[in-house]
Amino acid sequence: MSFNRIYGLFLRHFFLIKSSLPRILDLIYWPTIQIILWGFISLFFSTYSNYYNNTLGVILTCAILYDFLFRSSISFNMLFLEEIWSRNFTNLFIAPMRISEIIISLVVTALIRTLIGLVPAILITSPLFGISILNLGIPLFFLFLSLYIFGITLGLFVSSGLLRYGPAFENIAWSSLFLLAPLGCIYYPIEILPDMLQTMAKALPLVYIFEEARSILVNQYVDYSNIKDAFILNIFYLFIGILLFYYSFRQARKKGSLINIGE
Amino acid sequence: MQYPIVVKNLSKNYSNKAAVKNINFKINQNEILGLLGPNGCGKTTTIAMMLGLLKPTNGLVLIDGEDIEKKRIQLLHKMNFISPYIELPKKLTVKENLIVYGKLYGVKKVLLRIDYLSEKLRLTEFLNKKTGELSSGQKNRVSLAKALINDPKILFLDEPTASLDPETGDFVRTFIEKLSKEREMSILLASHNMDEVKRLCKNVLMMKDGLLIDRGTPNDLIKKHGKINLEEVFLKLNRTSNEF
Repeated sequence: MSFNRIYGLFLRHFFLIKSSLPRILDLIYWPTIQIILWGFISLFFSTYSNYYNNTLGVILTCAILYDFLFRSSISFNMLFLEEIWSRNFTNLFIAPMRISEIIISLVVTALIRTLIGLVPAILITSPLFGISILNLGIPLFFLFLSLYIFGITLGLFVSSGLLRYGPAFENIAWSSLFLLAPLGCIYYPIEILPDMLQTMAKALPLVYIFEEARSILVNQYVDYSNIKDAFILNIFYLFIGILLFYYSFRQARKKGSLINIGE
Repeated sequence: MQYPIVVKNLSKNYSNKAAVKNINFKINQNEILGLLGPNGCGKTTTIAMMLGLLKPTNGLVLIDGEDIEKKRIQLLHKMNFISPYIELPKKLTVKENLIVYGKLYGVKKVLLRIDYLSEKLRLTEFLNKKTGELSSGQKNRVSLAKALINDPKILFLDEPTASLDPETGDFVRTFIEKLSKEREMSILLASHNMDEVKRLCKNVLMMKDGLLIDRGTPNDLIKKHGKINLEEVFLKLNRTSNEF
């Protein structure tokens, strides 16, 4: 055993971490988010233990919906990251492809990837737990659509960062959705959040989507105003996401990040 | 007469560092122009601006008389690029990669084009093999096939024979030579292999610190600088420079 070799390998990782703010933030970020999320979930169940008469159904359905959002966003980011990892990025941008074509092809491919992952999960919940997400009925389609739009919008935000800042932005790609999880009120109603966070949460379409899912499952009542609010916010954020992607592409052409992004 | 490529007063500044400084040159049809210079002299930056990957700070790149900054997408159909620093997705087979790029470049009969290129570049035996499993010589030929998938009028070659064994290197050089003559292609070749440049290029540009410091035919440059070969010229120019 050589202390120097052990110390040498430790230094290799230490130098990497200390020179990268995203990496340091990443180390702090995950435990903080987990504690906040599970803190609110615990608070909710200890305060309103009788809120759900079908706890398993509500939690599992919300988990599947959240996973759909997570998968759609990650799929979008993954398609972009794959090009960076395979050092194919420059090839792609010297091909005569418009930015709009790149976005549309990522949106379609991300949907297929998401469905491949999610359909089996939906199918096994029924035999394993006696629960079917299809109980949400027709509004389920709108909830999925809304979640998908928000997922690809987050994908656009993250891909814009990757375009502009390169692989250093990769950690953000993985953690972007977890940041929103506590504010998205996936497993608990918005009332459980402190006032200031409630105001922030209301600016996200997630609150309306998960509120609607719980409303259908708990009260058997469809409130289309929630679906409408989610769509309005989604269109707004999608528009910003597309603008940001175009802006990042222009900036990347100015700064030269398209040349050496895979290196 | 219209040159396929005209570079006019081209400059690129990054923050406060000038990577390319007011360079001018033209490439004729059927010409292979060599671009020589040490690492970091601005060759890749120049090629990136010619490909529309990088926005020039000043100046113009005209492809068939049209500004790349104004008609990037249309002009990219006529061009292609190969560099050892760029790879094709490793998990896709050679054929799958070529199909993908055939589609991206709008090639009409993509499978016929792949058959043609496979025969010319000796890819047939590993066409269905994953690209990541190929030797560096095979990968290089696949990258060349990708660069020719759209039958480009203009080709940018950045160190096309770097890290190849002598036999494969010679095969690639012979192929490029034939290609330029048969397809009347305009080629910009950036290389550190002086013998390769001497063999393939009618004219050579010498670059240093973002400037074009000399130009001419390989033989003229050798004579002008009183050296025995291009490598000696390269070394001389990179030890003492005068703006061209």
